[in-house]
Amino acid sequence: MKYTKEHEWLRVEGDLVVVGITEHAATALGDVVFVELPETETVVATGDEVVVIESVKAASDILAPVDGEIVAVNSKLADNPGLVNEDPLGAAWFFKMRVDDLAVLDDLMDEDEYYEMIG
Amino acid sequence: MAGLLRLGLHDLHVALGGRMVPFAGYEMPVQYPAGVMREHLHTRSAAGLFDVSHMGQVLLIPKQGMEALALGFETLMPVDVLGLKEGRQRYGLLTNNDGGILDDLMFANRGDHLFVVVNAACKADDIAHMTTNLSEVAEVRAVTDRALLALQGPLAELALERLVPEVAGLRFMDQGTFEWEGAELWISRSGYTGEDGFEISVPDIAALGFADMLLAMEEVAPIGLGARDSLRLEAGLCLYGHDIDTSTSPVEADLGWAIQKARRPGGVRAGGFPGAGRILSELETGAARRRVGLRPEGRAPMREGTELFSGDAAVGRVTSGGFGPSLEAPIAMAYVPAALAAPGTKLEGEVRGKRLPVITCELPFRASTYKR
Repeated sequence: MKYTKEHEWLRVEGDLVVVGITEHAATALGDVVFVELPETETVVATGDEVVVIESVKAASDILAPVDGEIVAVNSKLADNPGLVNEDPLGAAWFFKMRVDDLAVLDDLMDEDEYYEMIG
Repeated sequence: MAGLLRLGLHDLHVALGGRMVPFAGYEMPVQYPAGVMREHLHTRSAAGLFDVSHMGQVLLIPKQGMEALALGFETLMPVDVLGLKEGRQRYGLLTNNDGGILDDLMFANRGDHLFVVVNAACKADDIAHMTTNLSEVAEVRAVTDRALLALQGPLAELALERLVPEVAGLRFMDQGTFEWEGAELWISRSGYTGEDGFEISVPDIAALGFADMLLAMEEVAPIGLGARDSLRLEAGLCLYGHDIDTSTSPVEADLGWAIQKARRPGGVRAGGFPGAGRILSELETGAARRRVGLRPEGRAPMREGTELFSGDAAVGRVTSGGFGPSLEAPIAMAYVPAALAAPGTKLEGEVRGKRLPVITCELPFRASTYKR
């Protein structure tokens, strides 16, 4: 798994990249009550706002971690947003991306670097 | 958090795992490890303990007797103060000359003085306002050596009567003085959650011991500001600075019930408060806009600031909104023109550039469970 400073995790699955948020981020957000997912076939650039997560308290964004195309979204989150708190690293993935060059992931943090960052 | 004041029970909140955030000049616990959702539902099913010591506790000590004090206070509020019996508490509103609301408050008749609780962010202004305007009839004394705790929920009575058995005799909005281990407690049966419960003014020196005793009970959990906000929103209660402020009148805010007969047109002491011209005329003919409840149709919350549309016309703005954990749905409050205020009116709210359907509804979203 790779990690961004914005507390996203990325997992390579075949030629796709699966994106979610870390347990640390899910805990900080609090109880998630609504997830707004992007359309599939959306082409995104790094830093684009892709997903909106609403907790009881506030709304926050998930940004595209790399350039690519959204090819799948996790529609289970629309009906059961609480999955983000229950299983952030597993069932609560947000979207899958096709990226031109998987080597861009090399620039992201590995697990040790991420845990060092969040202390 | 430099420059922020700390609550007397600060160390307790930290020890309980409270996440401290700046609020109204204080470091306040926004939530504990259980999280807003569980804290909210715990308060609805058992009892939640809130530290609201940031709020202003003020004594009005009469200089010329209680009647002169009551009549003096009536010059600042469209509320019947004279008719409030000893041992009773009432909701009040300080108004300005435009008929707007300077603050909302609770006041109690404690026999030889009035006890007033005001909002944290307004307390300095309120105290100055009362000191200036009540100088002939009252000494205005800020209480600075007492914590204020709220114990709210269906099991609040069961929990509190273990420490103070007499509270079982209090009805909604009763208020009195009680003793616990040598400390004088000022307890009212009231709160800000829509639940039965109590607000307890406790001397600082006894506050930690008292809070510890309550928190040791199985029914009682500590509750932060996050759940306090979602609970009061479900109860349809106004948050000063959001749902009411100097630009909203009591009638627009749907708080006409707080203006008793004695102060209304034809009443024995009608008018005589700031903004009476506007407020009395709105009571008779209705205000041009009104605070309403909103139920968004989808799951997306409509938060404060969400613009509302009827067709292409912008018709109002959400003043507070979020998710109602007991209702498992988003809820909000807003001001809309009177013609659109009828329950069931279909509007749209613009969320992140998209117009989403929303329906006006009666308040509260969830019926209160006060022990009348």
